[in-house]
Amino acid sequence: MTAPPLLALRGVFKRYGAVQALADVGLEVRAGQVVALVGDNGAGKSTLIKVIAGVDPADAGVIEWDGRPVHIGRPHDAQDLGIATVYQDLALCDNLDVVGNLFLGRETVRAGLLDEVEMERRTLELLDTLAIRMPSVRMPVASLSGGQRQTVAIARSMLGEPRLVMLDEPTASLGIEQTAQVLDLVDQLRERGLGVLLISHNMGDVKAVADWTAVLRLGRNNGFFDVMTTSHEQIISSITGATDNAVTRRSAPGWEVDR
Amino acid sequence: MSRPWTLPLRRNRTGGDDGRPPSGRGAGNPLQALRRRFHSGELGSVPVVLGLLVVWIIFESLNPAFLSPRNLSSLSVDIVGIGMISTGVVFVLLLGEIDLSVGSVSGLAAAAFAVLNVNEGVPEILALLLAVLAGTAVGAVHGFFFAKVGVPAFVVTLAGLLGWNGLMLYLLGSSGTINLDDKGLVAMLTGFYFSHVAAAYGLAALGTAGYFLACYQDVRRRRAAGVPARPLSEIILRTGILAVISLASAYVLNQFQGLPLALLIFLVFLVGLDQVLVRTRYGRMLFALGGSVEAARRTGLNVDLVRISVFMVSGTMAAIGGLFLASRVTSATQTSGSGNLLMDAIAAAVIGGTSLFGGRGRTWSALLGVLVIQSIASGVALLGVQTAVQFMITGGVLLVAVTIDSLSRRAQRAHGRV
Repeated sequence: MTAPPLLALRGVFKRYGAVQALADVGLEVRAGQVVALVGDNGAGKSTLIKVIAGVDPADAGVIEWDGRPVHIGRPHDAQDLGIATVYQDLALCDNLDVVGNLFLGRETVRAGLLDEVEMERRTLELLDTLAIRMPSVRMPVASLSGGQRQTVAIARSMLGEPRLVMLDEPTASLGIEQTAQVLDLVDQLRERGLGVLLISHNMGDVKAVADWTAVLRLGRNNGFFDVMTTSHEQIISSITGATDNAVTRRSAPGWEVDR
Repeated sequence: MSRPWTLPLRRNRTGGDDGRPPSGRGAGNPLQALRRRFHSGELGSVPVVLGLLVVWIIFESLNPAFLSPRNLSSLSVDIVGIGMISTGVVFVLLLGEIDLSVGSVSGLAAAAFAVLNVNEGVPEILALLLAVLAGTAVGAVHGFFFAKVGVPAFVVTLAGLLGWNGLMLYLLGSSGTINLDDKGLVAMLTGFYFSHVAAAYGLAALGTAGYFLACYQDVRRRRAAGVPARPLSEIILRTGILAVISLASAYVLNQFQGLPLALLIFLVFLVGLDQVLVRTRYGRMLFALGGSVEAARRTGLNVDLVRISVFMVSGTMAAIGGLFLASRVTSATQTSGSGNLLMDAIAAAVIGGTSLFGGRGRTWSALLGVLVIQSIASGVALLGVQTAVQFMITGGVLLVAVTIDSLSRRAQRAHGRV
């Protein structure tokens, strides 16, 4: 593990009005690694995702990409680095078809006009590599089922050939079989050497797919665990703050619990 | 299919069920496709075309003069003023917003032209350009207050409705009416006809051929790229329908005075703006913003700029429409842009199939909707009935159109949550 981490955050602060959403937060994600980001409601998970995605830039803190400091001030900055985000609400335009949603904001243009043929070809190609089946890529996504919509959102994140994919509660609204399929997809992303940052409430999901678990509590780091060697209860108690001494199995700079 | 979706990363799965690409646009036979569209709430322009046919059949049976070349020719010019305004309204409706000022802005543009050209002696072309740009500027003001300040569009443009009407009255001064040169440029907008029969037929042939070539080119590119394409039979059918409609229109127009310049300009605007909506990134942004503001924002889209731009489009189109309306009466009067013009322009867009909820619509809906509205007006006038009847019929048609819009939206919702 001599290569620098794909993404490293150090001392990130974010404040919304009177609320300190993030305080001195650090995080590392390496290529080919799935890091689960867990924490209670309001712990700052979504805020952290938004900071990394450039939707809501941090007030202070260092973000390193491949070991060198970068500035992420808008969504485009994150996209250019190779960070893709799948939000919990999927952020799909119901009235656009699958192709339109996949290419939203990065449409292929030929002679100043949209190149629908090329976009459709690449869509079919992508869905095929991910072995995703759709009744039609020219149907408005409003008429797709919840599982299909999740599929479209994940496929969209893959389109820019990202190196880090952030998934915000990807299985929250899915049934058992569909959840397994999404987790399979996360596995596949790891095997392709991508870094994955997965927000989840479901400890079963975390155990099943993550390598490391980062716990946030009240906007601060509260532990970083190796999933293989840490018990369910330890993670839960770290989330709820039941234990005073958060167990930190791996001491990385900036990972000490700030008291 | 027993499993409607399988995300599944079972990549070693033994190929597709039928050896075809897993997804595509070919949805079996056209009848099935129509049924699927019906159930998923994408009716498109089918209801309004049926409605238009019903209106025409009823009025023709009540008075055979209704479908006479003279009346239809006059109808084709009458639709242009409101149609232009309505086309601009489509852009605003796509965002799910509304522009209540278009009537007043159209009157303002007419007054501005009249004052500049007739009273101040500014050359026609320059006066025309300034009048149109005044509409653009007014739209920019509305857009600024809506997008940057955050005042609801409804209120901003309601203020505009009053304010710009006041400015128009002020410009027209005490006389209240300014007559335009009836041989001038603006008068020619609706007064000029290409009387040679070749003009109308030529346009019909050119339009049909252009449509066919564009479709054919698309099919060839799709085949080359290995992407599902429309079957040639469908393209030939569509081209055939277009050919029949356009050649029949050309025949009827040639029976009277030939191809009206106004209609030609209107069609050019419709085709041009439709291409902007459907085939440019800007147009795609409008649909995206109408579908989900949050999704559009996350792609890094400059939401404020797009919002301002649609009000500029609607202001510009309102001004252009206002000049056509002034051309019809060769004057700018105190009643320019008042009456039901505003309601007709918005109703036309909605009747034509543009959704009030945003995210769905084409410029063609302005054409179809305004045809319905003007057909009713013209039919009622021919019958010599009071305008009261016209209002009631138009109101009923509008209600039906909005009901279809709401129901299809609900159908889509229900369908999406299966």
